[in-house]
Amino acid sequence: MKYAGLIWGALYRKPVRSALTLASLFIAFLLFGLLHSVSVAFSQGISFSGVDRLIVAPKYSIIDDIPLSYSRQIKSVDGVELIAHQSWFGGTYQDNKQFFPRWPVPPKEFMEVYPELMMPDEQREAFINTRTGAIIGKDLAESYGLKVGDKIPLIADIWVNKDNGPWIFDLVGIFEAGDDSISIDQMFMNYAFFDEYRQDSQGGVGTFVIRISDPDRTAAIAAEIDAMFANSADETKTTTEKAYNQMFANQIGDIAFIMTGILSAVFFTILLLTGNTMSQAIRERIPELAILKTIGFTNISVLFIVLAESLLIALVGCIPGLVIAHLLIPGLAGAAPFFEAVEITPTIYLQGIGLALLLGILVGLPPALRAMRLNIVDALGEHAT
Amino acid sequence: MAETLIDVNEVSKVYHRGNMEIPVLEELILSVDEGDFLALMGPSGSGKTTLLNLIGGLDQPSHGSITIGDEHIDQLSQGQLANWRSRNVGFVFQFYNLLPVLTAQKNVELPLLLTNLSTAERKKRAQAALAVVGLEDRSNHRPSELSGGQEQRVAIARAIVSDPALLVCDEPTGDLDRATADEILELLQVLNKEYGKTIVMVTHDPKAAEFANRSLHLDKGRLASAEAA
Repeated sequence: MKYAGLIWGALYRKPVRSALTLASLFIAFLLFGLLHSVSVAFSQGISFSGVDRLIVAPKYSIIDDIPLSYSRQIKSVDGVELIAHQSWFGGTYQDNKQFFPRWPVPPKEFMEVYPELMMPDEQREAFINTRTGAIIGKDLAESYGLKVGDKIPLIADIWVNKDNGPWIFDLVGIFEAGDDSISIDQMFMNYAFFDEYRQDSQGGVGTFVIRISDPDRTAAIAAEIDAMFANSADETKTTTEKAYNQMFANQIGDIAFIMTGILSAVFFTILLLTGNTMSQAIRERIPELAILKTIGFTNISVLFIVLAESLLIALVGCIPGLVIAHLLIPGLAGAAPFFEAVEITPTIYLQGIGLALLLGILVGLPPALRAMRLNIVDALGEHAT
Repeated sequence: MAETLIDVNEVSKVYHRGNMEIPVLEELILSVDEGDFLALMGPSGSGKTTLLNLIGGLDQPSHGSITIGDEHIDQLSQGQLANWRSRNVGFVFQFYNLLPVLTAQKNVELPLLLTNLSTAERKKRAQAALAVVGLEDRSNHRPSELSGGQEQRVAIARAIVSDPALLVCDEPTGDLDRATADEILELLQVLNKEYGKTIVMVTHDPKAAEFANRSLHLDKGRLASAEAA
């Protein structure tokens, strides 16, 4: 800390150059904050388990419904052990920034198909037996301070109820996940109440989820199900849950690849620019560094001072960039609802700071080593006339 | 009788430029007593700055030995030399070499950063050093806000703040007008006579040399003659 004044002084040496360097770092980390958090948001909830589960989805569009009546026919297929379904509810909780997935499901069947949903038995029973019942993941409960017995009001945006009012659900359970195949930041509510109370589309579901007895027969079962509904008004496309998730993952992978590419290009450019600036700054300061050595600063001290300057510049550019990105995201959510699911988590802050430190070291180490190896007599001689 | 502070014994210094060997000092013998004020004079290339660098521990001889007080500084490693310099030598240069982003006070404090003194104690000592050179009222000014003479006074304050026994001055008035130069030289005299600092000063200027107790002339790496002031 004794050297803090010396290290901070580096920022004021050439104010315009420092401001431009900091501005470029600020923009780079602002982009990092925004793009990386978007990338993370895309990746959430994607998993690759469930090889013994199949998803029966509308063949042409995920916004179509499938008749609930298909359930009986699907269940009759040899090898289908259990069947449940889920539908996208949408809606708004508190305000449109409080986004999390909400799904009407048949409680008993859904919990059978997803045994990794873990809850106390009495909550399980309450979910099955309460028409207005809903369960939420542990993460959501902690985020919103919700507890069993609370009411969860939702404003509909797709499914308007028969009273044209808010949907009120009773929170009867808080679940954890036995593995990562199911996200614990979502809400499930009783389909029977949802279906009865909505104004239209009764008897439709989003997708069926089925558990099969023999994963080796996946292709045959899927083909049989889809053949059953071929040429109907509501054709189906059946895939494994893994493949269904993989389809999304592939799309996300593309997005993540693009974002990683953009960020890599940005940081590579910043690395070159800042590296050049640091090298130039150190070249200009050779006499000063020689003086520090003259009055007794050791080689290691000089190395530390130059490296610390580089790290300081990187951090001073990084932290405001991340903070401004954090503050911008709610505003962006107003313009693009997708951003409702985006947030800069503590992990992203830590990753950003880690990246800044790495950048600071990569940029600062070469000039720091040069400063460390500086020969006092030569350096002072260069400065003399 | 004063004790010897600086003992330069048969010191040679050879620089290498590619395959060429450039001898700068040749078997030079010099002794400087504690409390002396010595001016080193000579034409460009005579080796006076090289000798000053060796005495100040900025460079090491190719042959021979240099003893300052009880320390054989030619036998010290780079790190040991750095520590030794911080405790025993103050440096004053022609171009002041102050850090432009720091105030006069902070520039003077620089050598004290290498000690374990508290912030308050560092500040107190820097103020005292600035008072010695008559600049206590300019402590919050940056070098760009000071005249050349004032900058050199700050550099002198930086040189004395850790109370070294030896000051080495390389053309300390080379960048100053006559009147200012005389003020700086009078200040060095005060440091020599009243504060007991041993001073070795390189200068081209015979008038500057008159402020010293004695002068030595170097020519082609050897001592040519000596004059008492």
